[in-house]
Amino acid sequence: MQQSNAYIITFSVILTVILGFLLSGTSELLGPIQQKAIELDTKKQILGAVMPAEELDRMEADAVIDFYERRISSKVVNIEGEEVEQDTDGNALIAENVSIARNFKRSPEDRLYPVFIFHAEGNESEVESYILPVYGNGLWDEIWGYVALQTDLNTIEGVTFSHAGETPGLGARITSGDVQARYQGKEIFDEGGNLQAVRMQKGEGKDYSGEPHKVDGLSGATITAEGVNRMVESYLSHYQNYFSRQREGGDAAPEEQEPVALN
Amino acid sequence: MSTETAEKTQVQKPSEPILSKRRKKLITDPLVDDNPITIQVLGICSALAVTTQMQPTMVMALSVIFVMVMANLTISLIRNTIPSRVRIIVQLAIVATLVTLVNEVLKAFAFDMYKELSVFIGLIITNCIVMGRLEAFALGNKPYDSVLDGFGSALGYSWIILAVAFFRELWGSGSVFGYPVFENIAGLFGGGFSLATNGLMVSPVGAFIVLGLIIWVQRTKTGYIEH
Repeated sequence: MQQSNAYIITFSVILTVILGFLLSGTSELLGPIQQKAIELDTKKQILGAVMPAEELDRMEADAVIDFYERRISSKVVNIEGEEVEQDTDGNALIAENVSIARNFKRSPEDRLYPVFIFHAEGNESEVESYILPVYGNGLWDEIWGYVALQTDLNTIEGVTFSHAGETPGLGARITSGDVQARYQGKEIFDEGGNLQAVRMQKGEGKDYSGEPHKVDGLSGATITAEGVNRMVESYLSHYQNYFSRQREGGDAAPEEQEPVALN
Repeated sequence: MSTETAEKTQVQKPSEPILSKRRKKLITDPLVDDNPITIQVLGICSALAVTTQMQPTMVMALSVIFVMVMANLTISLIRNTIPSRVRIIVQLAIVATLVTLVNEVLKAFAFDMYKELSVFIGLIITNCIVMGRLEAFALGNKPYDSVLDGFGSALGYSWIILAVAFFRELWGSGSVFGYPVFENIAGLFGGGFSLATNGLMVSPVGAFIVLGLIIWVQRTKTGYIEH
């Protein structure tokens, strides 16, 4: 009886239905908690560009969210640097919900570019740094991160990088604090005002402290490093119009490059 | 897939103690004498992949224990209703469901671990130990025995990957469970020197070497020879 086709089909259908309910039930149940975890993770990554990761790790989840709300304001701009408030369907845009990965698939002209502004507590116009998301391809999978620029929109305050599947111990080192610290204080524009970005060099162990557009590379992970370079350079170039708008008017940054107090 | 044949269902005496000698063997056998990794050489892929650090390895070990115990229990409970022609796909469906559950729970409550382990948790489905025990044991034995068998095999897997992770994290990153051991040892001597970490240990090659050494030591002690 157990070998008859009818039995096998019935058995399979029942099993599938039970397992299906189990899985969709779990997904329903855990969905909101997962959403919160993802939100917290995103906010931690954004804040990671302007504060040390260890400090963030010590904070409770609620404290991170609270800190984020007090210190970060966000907006979305387009390639021209103009603020966009609604998406194509007329819904209000929230910078934190803009998927960089999804926008990456569009051509640069059609993408939405979130800007996260790290400001003094209680005063949104007292900007401390601009945090910009970057996204690109590593060796095996996607890589992404956030670049924080000081108010001169030239000096890098800090960066944070993440990856989906780079080689552990090699390319995956882009997430480590000491690799990211190499970017601090580097400059993205040359003296003529042309975008140079900051490039990881081939090889590792050299001193690039005198060179504002170069950082030490990743030994054994040249392709990941190249991916990081392409990602940083392309996204900074997409934000160029926004930079010039910021410099020209409104709540623009001061012209002189005075160092901003580190947080 | 399995290197063993199904054990014969033993004639149950009506009052077998909860942890009889036979049942204890179900748990202790896979720890050393019949270890899934070092003797049966199953589940090598994840043993190589997740063992760079202790903490994710611990999460991986707990996940495998959960999946194996639950899968063995479920399969054993419904073993008499499973049509033998589709038994493999039935096992696969149940294992996949359990693994997805683990993945979802990690995503909700331990997002950092989820990010780190994500793909390897999913790969528990293809871990030969799980399906191997289902085929070899759970299909022909009572639920309680199957649970013990699953627990034993998962424990045998767990202690090996934890041992590998211990040496890899210690030599590769100079720490244990994230605690900076090398730094502190250097600190004891006034910081006049530093202990170098070995980058090889962080790459999968390091796992091969450590695992090879463990197997070597174990086989020297037990005198096991492959036939």
